[in-house]
Amino acid sequence: MAVNPEGAHTASTTGHRVSAFFHRHPGIRLLLFLLPGLLWLGVLYLGSLGSLVVYSLWSLEDFTGLVVRTFTTSTYRELLEPANYEIVLRTAGMAAAVTIACGVLAFPFAYFLTRYASPRMKTFLYIAVIMPLWSSYLVRALAWRSILAGEGVLMWVLERLGLDGVVRAMLGVPVVGGPSLVQSKISLFIVYVYLWLPFMILPVQAALERVPLSFVEASNDLGAHPGTTFRRIVLPLAKPGLVAGSIFTFSLTLGDFILPQLFGTSEFFLGQMVFVQQGVAGNLPLAAAFTFVAMAVMMLYLGAAKRAGAFEAL
Amino acid sequence: MRRSEQPRAGIGLKVATAFVFLFLYFPLLTIVFYAFTTQSAAFTFPPPGFTTRWFGVAFRDEDMWAALRLSLSVGSIATLVSIVLGGLLAGAVHRARFFGKNAIAFIVVLPIALPGIVTGIALRSTLSLAEFGFGFWTIVIGHVTFCIVIVYNNVVARLRRMSPNIVEASSDLGASGPQTFRYIVLPNLATAILAGGILAFALSFDEIIVTTFTAGQQQTLPIYIFSILFRPRAKPVTNVVAMLAIAITFVPILMAQILTRDPTSTPTRPRGE
Repeated sequence: MAVNPEGAHTASTTGHRVSAFFHRHPGIRLLLFLLPGLLWLGVLYLGSLGSLVVYSLWSLEDFTGLVVRTFTTSTYRELLEPANYEIVLRTAGMAAAVTIACGVLAFPFAYFLTRYASPRMKTFLYIAVIMPLWSSYLVRALAWRSILAGEGVLMWVLERLGLDGVVRAMLGVPVVGGPSLVQSKISLFIVYVYLWLPFMILPVQAALERVPLSFVEASNDLGAHPGTTFRRIVLPLAKPGLVAGSIFTFSLTLGDFILPQLFGTSEFFLGQMVFVQQGVAGNLPLAAAFTFVAMAVMMLYLGAAKRAGAFEAL
Repeated sequence: MRRSEQPRAGIGLKVATAFVFLFLYFPLLTIVFYAFTTQSAAFTFPPPGFTTRWFGVAFRDEDMWAALRLSLSVGSIATLVSIVLGGLLAGAVHRARFFGKNAIAFIVVLPIALPGIVTGIALRSTLSLAEFGFGFWTIVIGHVTFCIVIVYNNVVARLRRMSPNIVEASSDLGASGPQTFRYIVLPNLATAILAGGILAFALSFDEIIVTTFTAGQQQTLPIYIFSILFRPRAKPVTNVVAMLAIAITFVPILMAQILTRDPTSTPTRPRGE
């Protein structure tokens, strides 16, 4: 500025003119701020979701393999075929099981983190949860290929403990089992829980932080058993956090198509079905219909979560 | 008095916490461990021997370098675009009250609240309807869509903490809008934007679900890792590349955490109290 006072002067008058203009027309300034983001998310993204719904209402001509662009419900009727709705049920079942397991594991960890950890320990554990959240999910899943391998670490430890027979027995169980540990739904379940656990811990921890210690003390002073205090005071207040976390664990499991290719049996999951139908099979309408199911399930879930106060806990 | 009355964590809770911590971190150790195994097609424990030869195999692979370069450039551009779009949206939503404000907050979050496959296939069907060739720019479009929310969240959180008085004071002292922005708002937001940008980059760098749908023939690093998984003869190479991917994101994420730490309320203190 000192080098060119004249220039600075002009710049500042232009600046003032601009700010005066925007001050008189706050609507225009707001529009300029909103426009790029709205074009991107409102037009490109929401438009894409809309076009997906349109695709699901079109159908595939069986003989030519071309998409017929007339509205029909035939694609959705295809979803009702046993092979197809079983995929939806299987995926939703896995998502629910993973969500429950994440809740069960996340709660004690978050509780310790909030109530008992020393400040230094707390920072350490907090960062320990954040880090995996942002690092590659594929890379983290890969680790389990070696852990769960037939001659891998887990079997090695279990053999030393004499528990390898238990695993073999579990692999024989119809729904959860499979030919080997890696190729069983047990492993798919373990890896999902491992991957999404941080998404559950953080909102639960945030919710627990907001439980006032005085409530707990009051309950104890009034003679409540610690278990009663936990059930009647802490758990209800932590519920929004659990629900907020479950949005992520459920949604992430519902839409994944990578892990079922690395772990589990040959039975399909929803994401895989979408991937195969839009790619190799070239049946975009059916893929879109499956995607719409996932989208609809999540919308219902988000609506219920909002009522449970989960959005304030995010 | 109160301190001494506060019960210490029971042994069960301590064991559960330690178990969860091990569960989160032990697998990462095995990645490093098996990058050095002498076996090329199995993960026997304990490994029969250790070698560093897989590093050479990985680093001589031209496809790996191409994938790394693509991921770095897609990440950089997606991050820059997300900073502009997410920052502007945050500014708009924070300052003004207008019809549809909540709807905007909702559609910003939607790309990460909905399963990634929904975003992926939706963008793919639109881009192919528009006859847009799949390649570098379509990958960027996909990544920006879910990265906007990261920058947006960081900037909104900082704007909430920033006192509106300093902006008013600046105007009262005769500064123009751009001057106030340049000398008052931007320095206050800088670390939030930087942290948001780093996290957006990390997210873009590791993303595979949406990318699978919006990529053409090129491979980003995660897609490359996924493709070499099915090569039967050099399993440890995957571990070497995986280590590289972790290393590239680990330090920046740690930095982002330090940058966004609220000086008035560290995680050791409850929020809003």
